[in-house]
Amino acid sequence: MHVVHSRGDKVFRGIVSAGALTSLILLGLIGAFLLARGIEVFNTSGFKFLTGSNWVAGSEDGVIPNDFSIGPMIVGTAIVSLIAMLFAVPMSMAGALYLEFYAPQNVRRVLVALLDLAAAIPSLIFGLWGVQVFTSFGERWAYFLSDRLGWFPLFSTISDNFGRSPFVAGCVLASLVVPITTSVAREVYSRTPRELVDTCFALGGTKWGAIRTVVIPFGKSGVVGGAMLGLGRALGETIAVYLLLNINFRYTFKILESEGGNVASLIATKFGEATPDEIKALVAAGFVLFILTLTVNMVASAIVTRSTKGAPA
Amino acid sequence: MENVDISERSELKGTQMNETTSNTAVLETEFAGLETRDAHAWFGNHHALAGVSLQFPARSVTGLIGPSGCGKSTYLRLLNRMHEFIPNAAMAGEVRLHGQDIYAPGVDPAAMRLKIGMVFQKPNPFPAMTIRENVLSGLRLAHIKVDDEESLLEKCLTRAGLWKEVKDRLNASGGSLSGGQQQRLCIARSLAVEPEVLLMDEPCSALDPGSTLRIEETIKELAEKITVVIVTHNMQQASRVSDYCAFFLTDGGPGYLVEADQTRKMFTTPNDSRTADYVQGKFG
Repeated sequence: MHVVHSRGDKVFRGIVSAGALTSLILLGLIGAFLLARGIEVFNTSGFKFLTGSNWVAGSEDGVIPNDFSIGPMIVGTAIVSLIAMLFAVPMSMAGALYLEFYAPQNVRRVLVALLDLAAAIPSLIFGLWGVQVFTSFGERWAYFLSDRLGWFPLFSTISDNFGRSPFVAGCVLASLVVPITTSVAREVYSRTPRELVDTCFALGGTKWGAIRTVVIPFGKSGVVGGAMLGLGRALGETIAVYLLLNINFRYTFKILESEGGNVASLIATKFGEATPDEIKALVAAGFVLFILTLTVNMVASAIVTRSTKGAPA
Repeated sequence: MENVDISERSELKGTQMNETTSNTAVLETEFAGLETRDAHAWFGNHHALAGVSLQFPARSVTGLIGPSGCGKSTYLRLLNRMHEFIPNAAMAGEVRLHGQDIYAPGVDPAAMRLKIGMVFQKPNPFPAMTIRENVLSGLRLAHIKVDDEESLLEKCLTRAGLWKEVKDRLNASGGSLSGGQQQRLCIARSLAVEPEVLLMDEPCSALDPGSTLRIEETIKELAEKITVVIVTHNMQQASRVSDYCAFFLTDGGPGYLVEADQTRKMFTTPNDSRTADYVQGKFG
């Protein structure tokens, strides 16, 4: 397969390899840049940068020392993303199963096209929709949860303001994640061997029986991969969270309370008016986010590749 | 098209075709209750099968034989409505089980398939399940409650000729078995819902000769209790395993039934010269 036959082949091979290499080099350079700029902060703060809950830009005369750490933002990133996945994964699975097994041919064509379009909508639009439209619904759901389940610490609240909470932000993020996760899940479900599905019918099973017995188990790891691709998007989401959440530097696990934030929105919030030292800390925070999303995406694509390749013959 | 009734044609075993007979001598040719009347099949505009009328004898093996493209697999899939899962597939005529047209409106295809089971060409145990779960999967799918699952498990695996080989590793994955064992596991899986008829679509074509012989023995034993319809490309297999044969052919157009009779007669003195040519390997 790797035998190069002619000059034309050689040239073409060179061009495409250069293209592939460029994106790799670019990725490496971005990582290196973030690390180089942020390394000073890692050196001075050490591990505390990841666990502390202070964000104080010191005065120039040094009377007030710099104290930068992103612990609450990391926790916030995890909470908001988790809420998003909690809503997005079941919705995506249901949507994918509908598209693949229940939707009439023409409905499916239209919906699949719409889904791909939705995946391309800038997150800013989702953020605006979240602020303008969804918040009023989300508030009601949040109120309902706090009313009924307020005895549970996760759902307890201090104030009566439910609007700008991790719960609402998570819901909006879910709508952002659903298109890509649905798309991957549908792809994986469509590769279920036809004979296994036929066997379920031949054994007197219904369509739902076949889905439960073979399609969902077959697509399991692919759906996990698709969900992680969506998670990659949720983790790095900036604008939607920036519009929806009040950044607050305090560890909080109250998902209905109007405070929170994530790493990406922290950077967006602080960058405009940051001191030179603060910028270094923000770049360091960016490096943490870079590593986090890169890892999640790599694991995700590994899982997706394995699950689509490893279909039994 | 010619209307062929295997039961009426069989010379040795009497002419009874309905279940009302009280004479044990003709029990072997008792009508299984499964028949087609002027069955046609299409894939889009392609007319794949034309005017097949056939009645199946009970508790025996009927082989569907004929060259590639003659519609025998299509015909088999008509018999339990698997045909309709192929996009743009259509059919005409009747497939009757105990007088009831299984294509009639109001018939629940899932309930019907419990009575008419199917084994496919390639062994296909459910990959995420153990041997035990595979055998019992039909019960879960059809929401059937059984008092003693263990004895059903043993019974089905025994009938499929697999019990001795797997009784010590029922919780192993179905995929850990050899190809022939997997196919026998698939047969056991079909038996668990206790079908009256078992359809088999070239069940040995993906297997080695040794496994093929094992499956053929299993098929013969099954036919002591249920009706088996098997599609096969292999003339030796048809002569070894089947009691009756139905010969399908195509002249470029839709496939049709040439004749059906006792296997012994089909292989020695068939009524149609084309049957003789085919079973002697002159074409196909």
